[in-house]
Amino acid sequence: MKSIIEYISGIYRGLRSLLIGMSVTGKYFFSPRAIVTQQYPENRHGHGKRSKKQLVMFDRFKGEVVMPHDANNQHKCTGCGICEINCPNGTIEIISVSKVGEDGKKKRAIEKHIYRLGMCSFCALCVKTCPSKALEFSQEFEHAVFDRTKLVKVLNKPGSSLMKGVE
Amino acid sequence: MSFSFDIYDFTSFTKWIDVSLTSYCTPFWAMIWEMLIIGVAILIFYAVVGLFLVYAERKVCAFIQNRVGPNRVGPYGFIQTVADLVKLLFKELVTIKKADKFLFNLAPFIVIIVNFMVIAAIPFAKGLHAVNFNIGIFYMMAVSSMGVIGILLAGWSSNNKFSLIGAMRSGAQIVSYELSVGLSMITMVILAGTMQLTNTYDPVTNQVLVHGIVDLQKDGWFIFTGHLPAIIAFVIFLIAGTAETNRGPFDFAEAESELTAGFHTEYSGIKFALFYLSEFMNMFIVASIAATIFWGGWMPFHLGHIFGDWVSGFNNVMDYIPPFVWYIGKTFVIIWIIMLFKWTFPRLRIDQLLTLEWKYLLPINLINIILMALVVLMGWHF
Repeated sequence: MKSIIEYISGIYRGLRSLLIGMSVTGKYFFSPRAIVTQQYPENRHGHGKRSKKQLVMFDRFKGEVVMPHDANNQHKCTGCGICEINCPNGTIEIISVSKVGEDGKKKRAIEKHIYRLGMCSFCALCVKTCPSKALEFSQEFEHAVFDRTKLVKVLNKPGSSLMKGVE
Repeated sequence: MSFSFDIYDFTSFTKWIDVSLTSYCTPFWAMIWEMLIIGVAILIFYAVVGLFLVYAERKVCAFIQNRVGPNRVGPYGFIQTVADLVKLLFKELVTIKKADKFLFNLAPFIVIIVNFMVIAAIPFAKGLHAVNFNIGIFYMMAVSSMGVIGILLAGWSSNNKFSLIGAMRSGAQIVSYELSVGLSMITMVILAGTMQLTNTYDPVTNQVLVHGIVDLQKDGWFIFTGHLPAIIAFVIFLIAGTAETNRGPFDFAEAESELTAGFHTEYSGIKFALFYLSEFMNMFIVASIAATIFWGGWMPFHLGHIFGDWVSGFNNVMDYIPPFVWYIGKTFVIIWIIMLFKWTFPRLRIDQLLTLEWKYLLPINLINIILMALVVLMGWHF
């Protein structure tokens, strides 16, 4: 008798758990809003025809190394060369010049911070080791170009200078 | 006889074809032409439904997994499967060394032919079926189980151990689950009292000679009139039917994680496409059998007269929807349920598969038949 009760209750429990599973998948089937797929080329420039979601890359995504400039066209790079030393691929090359500052002292400043995107392995050693936090990653990821010389980028903008208070 | 086309009753249309053909040629040649027309019609139907089912499967799977699914070729990716088929047509048919060439090439055709033979007996709408046997249900059961021969041949002739194991598993599975499918159909045959699928009429007096299963569900589908035993039979039929079509969660014949692709590992190009299409058409056939014997086939949703006189108005409204739409709608609802099975449940182990059949489905089924017989004897059905 006990085994018969176990048999029937086993069927009941089995059917119940199967129905719970089907209700979960059925709920997802009938809720098109739950779709998480980002339809890439359409959602690139805001709300596309097919996609309802705008393309948003997450913060920690390593697109390419950039040097942020503020409104006065000033950056934080002192030209110390730590990023160049740390780069495993020789991606970064810093061309620095000596400038005489306002106080009359000679000071090193960057003329060109060259970043070769084609050689970069996105290891983030340059960004992590920069003592003045002058470098960071942007979320830009569409790097394809027809000429590879375009992959050699100068990170400091022309005419930019060192931000005050950064040594 | 003038041309007549009625979307609610195809009898006059098919009769018009018959009469106009016999006026042009001898009855023998008219029959040949009719067979040819039906063959081509079923072939087109087969291809269209098969391609649509592949698309539907991918879309259902995608929605369940919060994806979009195919959406690049055509509107909503609708002709993606056509593109896939064209690709498969262009692919090389690899011939296997030391394979049994004749059986290797024969196997996909056996699977396809079996599908066609079952489709011939399905009543699609009123007056729209190829053959109307007096043993229609029995014929469907007998013929649909022959598909396993094609699978066994494919596995055997491929000269590949994975294929052979897949085919053997498929054989064991279909032989076990055929029992449950058959017994649950017999349960409904007890309720219907006939194996014929649609009415046959006396050609002169237009009187009903033999009642058919679909026409008997005029005052309510069998799943309602047969209540408890019919519902149990329906659930068992769905589970066993899914297993019989070798679909997930019962896809032991393919078992891509264990046997690469099971019996169709060595097939390529259009021969693989035939197996793939036949798998989906098997699902369609199981769903349409379920729709026919449980949900009334093309019969619109009618309420019985026990609810009062107002139901005749309701029934008339339901009659405005063409029977073909009812049939396709019901079939695709059941197909959706079967797809939901595949994308919800994890695969069973082979021992769990056999336990489910021999320790659960079969005993429940046997008791259910006795219950149904009791219900019919005592007149407890509606």
